[in-house]
Amino acid sequence: MANAALSTPGIPMQPRGLEKKQTWLERLRKGDEVVHLITLSGAWSIIVITGLLVQHLWVYSAIARHTFGWRFLFTSTWDPVNGLFGAWPFVYGTIVTSILALVIAIPIGLGTAIFLAELAPRKISDALTFLVELLAAVPSVIYGLVGIFLLIPILTTAMPYFQKVFGWLPIFSGTFYGVSYFSAAVILAIMVVPFIVSISREVLLAVPVSQREAMMALGATKWDVTWRAVVPYARQGIMGSIFLALARALGETMAVTMVIGNVAQVSTSLLAPGYTIAAVIANEFTEATGDLYLHALIELGLVLFAVTMIINALARLLMLTMRGHEVTG
Amino acid sequence: MIVSRSSSNSPSYPPRSRKIINYIMLSLTGLCTLLVVSVLLTILVYLLWNGVHALNLNFFTKLPAPVGQSGGGVSNAIIGTLKLLALASAIGVPIGLLGGIYLSEFAGGWSAFTVRYTTDLLNGVPSVVMGIFVYTLVVLPMHHFSTLAGGIALGIMMIPIALRSTEDFLRAVPRSLREGGLALGASKSETIFTIVIPAAIYGIITGIMLDVARVAGETAPLLFTAFGNQFNSPGWLQPTASLPVVIYNYAISPYDEWHQQAWAAGFVLLSGLLVVSIIARLILARGKKLSHG
Repeated sequence: MANAALSTPGIPMQPRGLEKKQTWLERLRKGDEVVHLITLSGAWSIIVITGLLVQHLWVYSAIARHTFGWRFLFTSTWDPVNGLFGAWPFVYGTIVTSILALVIAIPIGLGTAIFLAELAPRKISDALTFLVELLAAVPSVIYGLVGIFLLIPILTTAMPYFQKVFGWLPIFSGTFYGVSYFSAAVILAIMVVPFIVSISREVLLAVPVSQREAMMALGATKWDVTWRAVVPYARQGIMGSIFLALARALGETMAVTMVIGNVAQVSTSLLAPGYTIAAVIANEFTEATGDLYLHALIELGLVLFAVTMIINALARLLMLTMRGHEVTG
Repeated sequence: MIVSRSSSNSPSYPPRSRKIINYIMLSLTGLCTLLVVSVLLTILVYLLWNGVHALNLNFFTKLPAPVGQSGGGVSNAIIGTLKLLALASAIGVPIGLLGGIYLSEFAGGWSAFTVRYTTDLLNGVPSVVMGIFVYTLVVLPMHHFSTLAGGIALGIMMIPIALRSTEDFLRAVPRSLREGGLALGASKSETIFTIVIPAAIYGIITGIMLDVARVAGETAPLLFTAFGNQFNSPGWLQPTASLPVVIYNYAISPYDEWHQQAWAAGFVLLSGLLVVSIIARLILARGKKLSHG
């Protein structure tokens, strides 16, 4: 092709036959095109399925969308008997539990990732990472089981002492019944920590040694090297892991349903029972009587879908810029 | 040249305060690791302990007993989970494999971008939303819950990971192998099926096993597709019990016998998953050993 561009217009430098590609029919006969089309149909069926998913969520939430509009998300009355649906308690619960889970999980996860990437000998680090990654495969319903029978009793025992110190804060006031935003957030934190650890560790390990050596040559301590040279270099990847963890926390259903108490109310206290979007869908979907009720629940699914999509996209974007950064820098 | 270490009376560098911060922060990261690992180990040990104590032969062979009677099992849920996984693999694996082959061997330009982007999108769909989707897609037209609906939900959830792992392992096959095949006069499709895929087969199998293990524990999409059943579910068109849903229902029930069953079911499910994950990793390690001589 480059040759053709260099040559005098109209006079090809090579004989025609050499440049001639196989025709579509020839490729079809040889089997290549058949395989191409079969794999293509497999690949495009994914697009069809995803398209159907969006279309179904949209169509089957139509009644609720038309009846309530944007008010749906910001009013607090959830009264299926009288056909009033306001989703604010669920939206609030979802936001509160996810943010609180991240507040707990980020420092611990990042600390662990730093230890595994920078301090621990490679073999120990690999073994511990293997363990942490295995635990990412534990189903959420099992975290819920452990939450009900292990975490909640522990929290109930510890809470009076905790409240003696921090009870004056409005977010830690009131009676603690075991099921609460706080319990849900702790379980979520345990569930997302493996994600933060394994991705952040990868990113930290990918930081070039020269970056560390340069800092060390300036007389920095090990911690200075890690905190000022390594972590900033890897920050986009770490942010990406946090966004992925957030998306996972927002959509998490079973474990949260089992420990949050499932009460449709908005409370300032983190120790009060609450509800999340995913939990209300899981609990009420099979009991939904009437189209409006069903559509309201599906609209909640649509909201959850849209929000997690946006956050996942942001996470991908951060990871992508990270990769570009590595190549150019 | 030998430099004598005579700097003992000059101020030490880095200064003491920074050394102290160094030690504090580094030990904090160690504490974080200790905390994470111990929490995770506690969960495992606690589950194993309770699970082993609640486990007996009846658990595997009997149907659930009515409330108040002891001695029932969850044989129907075990069979249900196996049926759901078989159906899910039948749906998810072929599409994932084909998509993976397409992305790695054929795709380029906007088509590859769209497929890749959509796969990421599908992978990020919360499992409870997948349940809603299959409910509107299968359960509403058929007017009842079924094994079929549950299998479809799990199958769709399997696609993204099957595709991604297939694509990654095919891409890892060296270009020289492909060129060797083509140089011998094989067509592109012959090269793919006789050279590229066999070279990556251990990785592909590992990816699929991990994928199955991942969806085996999914509960939320089964709640409104496979639903649940106190009895065996014949064929594919009846509601069926499954281990994750049984764990959920028994755990939130007020009865102590059911709690015991939930622990036993959790133990069986988790040990199944962990065994599959570990075998999958061993297969991958073996494959690597074989291909590197």
